[in-house]
Amino acid sequence: MAKHGFDIKKQTGFGTIAIACFILLYTPIFLLIIYSFNSGTSIAAWEGFSWRWYVSAWENEQVQDATVRSLVIAFWASAIATSVAVMAALATTRTPKFKGQTAAFAMINQPLMVPEIVTAVALLILFSVIKVATGYTGLLYLIIAHAAFCIPFAYLPIRARLQGMDLSLEQAAADLYASPFLVFRRVTLPQLWPGILAGAMLAFVISLDDVVITEFVKSAGQDTLPTYMLGQLRRVITPEINAISTVLLGISVFMVVAFTLLSKIRN
Amino acid sequence: MADLSTTVAKRASRTRWMLLAPALIILVLAASGPLLITLVYSFLTPGDYGGVVWKFSTDGWFNVFAQRDIFDDTLGWSDAHLSILWRSIKLSLMTTLACLFFGVPTAYFIATRPKQQRDMWMLLIMIPFWTNLLIRTFAILELIRNEGTINTLLLWLGIIDAPIQMLYTEGSILLGMLYVYLPLMVLPVYASMERLDFSLVEAGYDLYATRFQVLRRVIMPLVKPGVIAGSILVFVPSLGAYVTPRVMGGGNQLMLGNLIELQFGQGRNWPLGAALSITLLVIVMVALIFYVRTAGKEDAHHG
Amino acid sequence: MKKTVTALALVLAGPAFAEGELNLYNWGNYTSPEMITKFEEETGIKVTITDYDSNDTALAKIKAGGHGFDIVVPSGTYVPIFIKEGLLMESKPNEMENFKNVDPQWVDVEFDPGRNYTVPWQWGTVGVTVNTKTYTGDINTAAVVFDPPEELKGKINVTPEMNDVMQMAIHYVGGEQCTADKEVLMKVRDVLTAAKPHWLSMDYGMIEKYAAGDVAAGTNWNGASMRARVQNADIAFGYPQEGFSVWMDNAAILADAKNVDEAKTFLNFMMDPENAAMLSTFARYANGIVGSEEFMAEDLKTAPEIVVPAELKGAAYIARTCPPEASKLYTAIWTELQK
Repeated sequence: MAKHGFDIKKQTGFGTIAIACFILLYTPIFLLIIYSFNSGTSIAAWEGFSWRWYVSAWENEQVQDATVRSLVIAFWASAIATSVAVMAALATTRTPKFKGQTAAFAMINQPLMVPEIVTAVALLILFSVIKVATGYTGLLYLIIAHAAFCIPFAYLPIRARLQGMDLSLEQAAADLYASPFLVFRRVTLPQLWPGILAGAMLAFVISLDDVVITEFVKSAGQDTLPTYMLGQLRRVITPEINAISTVLLGISVFMVVAFTLLSKIRN
Repeated sequence: MADLSTTVAKRASRTRWMLLAPALIILVLAASGPLLITLVYSFLTPGDYGGVVWKFSTDGWFNVFAQRDIFDDTLGWSDAHLSILWRSIKLSLMTTLACLFFGVPTAYFIATRPKQQRDMWMLLIMIPFWTNLLIRTFAILELIRNEGTINTLLLWLGIIDAPIQMLYTEGSILLGMLYVYLPLMVLPVYASMERLDFSLVEAGYDLYATRFQVLRRVIMPLVKPGVIAGSILVFVPSLGAYVTPRVMGGGNQLMLGNLIELQFGQGRNWPLGAALSITLLVIVMVALIFYVRTAGKEDAHHG
Repeated sequence: MKKTVTALALVLAGPAFAEGELNLYNWGNYTSPEMITKFEEETGIKVTITDYDSNDTALAKIKAGGHGFDIVVPSGTYVPIFIKEGLLMESKPNEMENFKNVDPQWVDVEFDPGRNYTVPWQWGTVGVTVNTKTYTGDINTAAVVFDPPEELKGKINVTPEMNDVMQMAIHYVGGEQCTADKEVLMKVRDVLTAAKPHWLSMDYGMIEKYAAGDVAAGTNWNGASMRARVQNADIAFGYPQEGFSVWMDNAAILADAKNVDEAKTFLNFMMDPENAAMLSTFARYANGIVGSEEFMAEDLKTAPEIVVPAELKGAAYIARTCPPEASKLYTAIWTELQK
C-alpha cells in the first residue's frame, strides 16, 4: 500500500463530501432535538427549556400506541420483505437468462412505479372486500401492504451485492459435497450480508415513513405515527412529536453503541 | 446426455420459480391486484362525488394529454398536465444527480473504513431516518426559512443585510428531496462497493493512472450495479413524490404526485387519476426494461 | 419483553367489538382528550380515536366498507353526499334529551334539515389573516389576497383548499356560491392568475410563519388565525365583506356502525353545554350549543376570530355542496393555476 508513498484508497474530495453529507443529515436532527425541549407550543420558535412535551407524550396514549404500532409494522414488513427479496435475488441474479426474467424484474419493482395514492385507493377497495367478507380487521393488512412496497427497496441492494459476487467459493463448497442449503448458509450468506443489512434497513425506514397507503388501509384504531401526524398537519403540530422522535433516536443510538461494543468484544 | 442437461435445467428452473414465489405472491396480492383495479378504473366514468360509475368511457385517457377549453370549448394539448409532467421529470433527474454527487463519495468513504467500523457508519446514515418524515422535513424548513436558523445566523454575523429567500424555491425542494432519498443511494452503492478489490485499484496506479482515471475506469465499472440500483430507487419514487415537494416548495406548483392526488381527492375524477398513474407507470416501465435489456447484454458480455 | 409480546398479540388480533366500545373517526387533533376521559368515566365506554386528514379520504374509506368505525365527523358540505350514498344512520339526534341545547340557527341547516342524522361538532369561518404591522389598510376584504397591496406582495399564503379558495374568489368578483356561470368563472380565473405570482406559498400549517413574519397575509380558518394571534399580537383576522364562508363539522353515526347504543350516548353527551365547551377550549372554534359559553374562558368567548362583527354578519354564507358540473370547472381552473 505504501508503495507509491500514498494511500491508494484515497479519492480527492470524497472525504470532504462525505463529511458534508453527515453534517447535512444531522443538522436538522439536531434542531429537532432542541425543539423537543421547547417550553412553547411551537416547533420553530424557541421560548425556553422545559420537559413538558416529554410529559405530555408520556401521558398521551394515542401517540404512544401509534409509535409502537409503527415499529411493529415496520419490523414485520421489513423482515418479510427482506426474506422474500433474498430468495428472489438469488433466483434472478447470476443465472443464465431465463424466460420471464424481464417480467419477474418488472414485477418485483412494480411497487416503485405506481404512485402511492393509486396503490392506496386500489388497496382500500381490495382489502375492504376481504375485510367485509372475513370480518378480520387486524394489522395483517397493513403488514402485507407495507411488505409489498418494501420488497424493491430490499431487493435492489441485495441484487447489486450479488451481481459479480465471486462464484468460485460456492462452487468449491459444492464440489466438497456441501448441500445447497449449507453452501448458502456458510458461503453465500456471509458474503451477501452487507447487502441484506442495507436492504433490511431501507425497508424498515420506508415502512416507518409511509403515510398514504397506511391512511387508506388502516381500520379503526390503527393509526401509525405518520398518519397521526398527517391528521395534525392542517391544525397545529406541537413539539410532542419531536419528543417522541428524540426518544426513538436515543434508543437507536444506544443500539448502535451496544452493537459496536459487542463487535469489539467479539474481535 | 441431452436428457441429463434438460433435467438439470428443469430442476434449476423449478428452484428458481420456487425462490421467486413468495415475493411474487405478496406482489400479486398487494401490487398487481391494485394495478389491475387502477387499469379498469381508468376506463370508467367518474362518480359525481368521487369513486366511479360502471360505465365505459375513454374520457380519463383523453384528458391525460388533451383538453377542451372550459371557456371557448376549443380542443388542445393539455399543457397544464404536460408542464407538470415535465417539471416532475426534471426535478427527479436533479434529485438523482444530487444524490449521486453526495451519495457515491459517502459510500466510498464508508467502504474504505476499517472492516469492523463499516456497519456502524452505515447505521449512522440510517439513524436520522428513524425520526418521522414530516417532522424531519419541518426541521429542514426551519433551517432555511427567512426568519430561520441560517438566515438569523448570517444576519447576526453581519454577512448579509437582508434574509435570503431560500424556502419555496426549486433549490429548497431539491434539498428536501436530497435529504429524503440520500440513503436510497448510499446503501446500495455501499453494498456493491464494500467488496471492491483494491488490488485492481493498485494495479491501476501501477500503470500510472491518475486518481480520477482510477475512479472512472476501475472503481465505477465495478460498483456500477450499486449505482444503477441506487439511481432507480431515487429516480422512480421521486417522480411520484408528494409530501416533500409540497412542504418545501410551498405547494405553488403541482408535481405529478400532487396532480394525481388531486384527482382522487378534491378533483373527484378517479378515472383521470388512474389514467395519469398508468401513464407514469408506462414511462418508468419502458425506461426500466430498456435498462434490463442493456444490462443483461453487458452481463453476458462480461461472462 | 412479555409485555411487548402481549401487545403484539393484541395488535395482530385487531380491535375487539365487545360491549362498551366506541370507534370515533375524526380529523386529527380535533377531539378534546379531557372530554373523552370525562365520557369514559361517566359511561364506562372505551373510546378509540382514529384520525383522517380530509373529507375525501374519510368518504372514500367509509364508502369502501369494512372499516370498523362508529362515528364520523364530516364537514357540512359533505353531509349530503354521505346521506345520499347511504353511509349515515338516521339516528334522530333531534329526539335526544340534550337536543334542546342546540342553537336554533343550527337546527334547520340545509345539509341536514331538522337534524335527523347529525349533531354539531364545531363551526368556523374562512377569512383572511393579516399582519397589521405590515399592512395597515382595511383587512375585511379578500383583496389582500386577490389584489394585494405592494407591502404584502410575496408574503401571502393561500390554503390549498380548492373549494374554499374558489368560493372566496367567486364572491370577490361578485358571483354566487357554487356558480357554473362561465362569465363569472372567467373573471375568477383572471383574478387568480394575476394574483398567483404575488403568493409565496399554498400550504397548511402556517401558524409559526405568521407569528414569525415569514408570511404576512393569506386565506385562513379563524381558529388557526387565533392561534397565530396568541403568539403575535399583530396578527388579525379579517372577514371579507365580499362574502365569507361559514362551515360546520358534524358528528354522525355510520350506517354500518357496530356500537350503535354507545354512539347514541356519545351524540347526546356532545350536546351537553359543558362538554361542548371542553371541545371548543381544545379546538379553538365555536360549537353551536347554547349555554356552552358559561364554561369557556373569557378570552375564547370574546375572541375577535369567533365573534363576527355585526356589520359584516350579512356577508356570511353557509358553505354548500357544489354540483359536479361546477366542481369540474373549478378543478380545471385550479390545475391551470398550479401548472
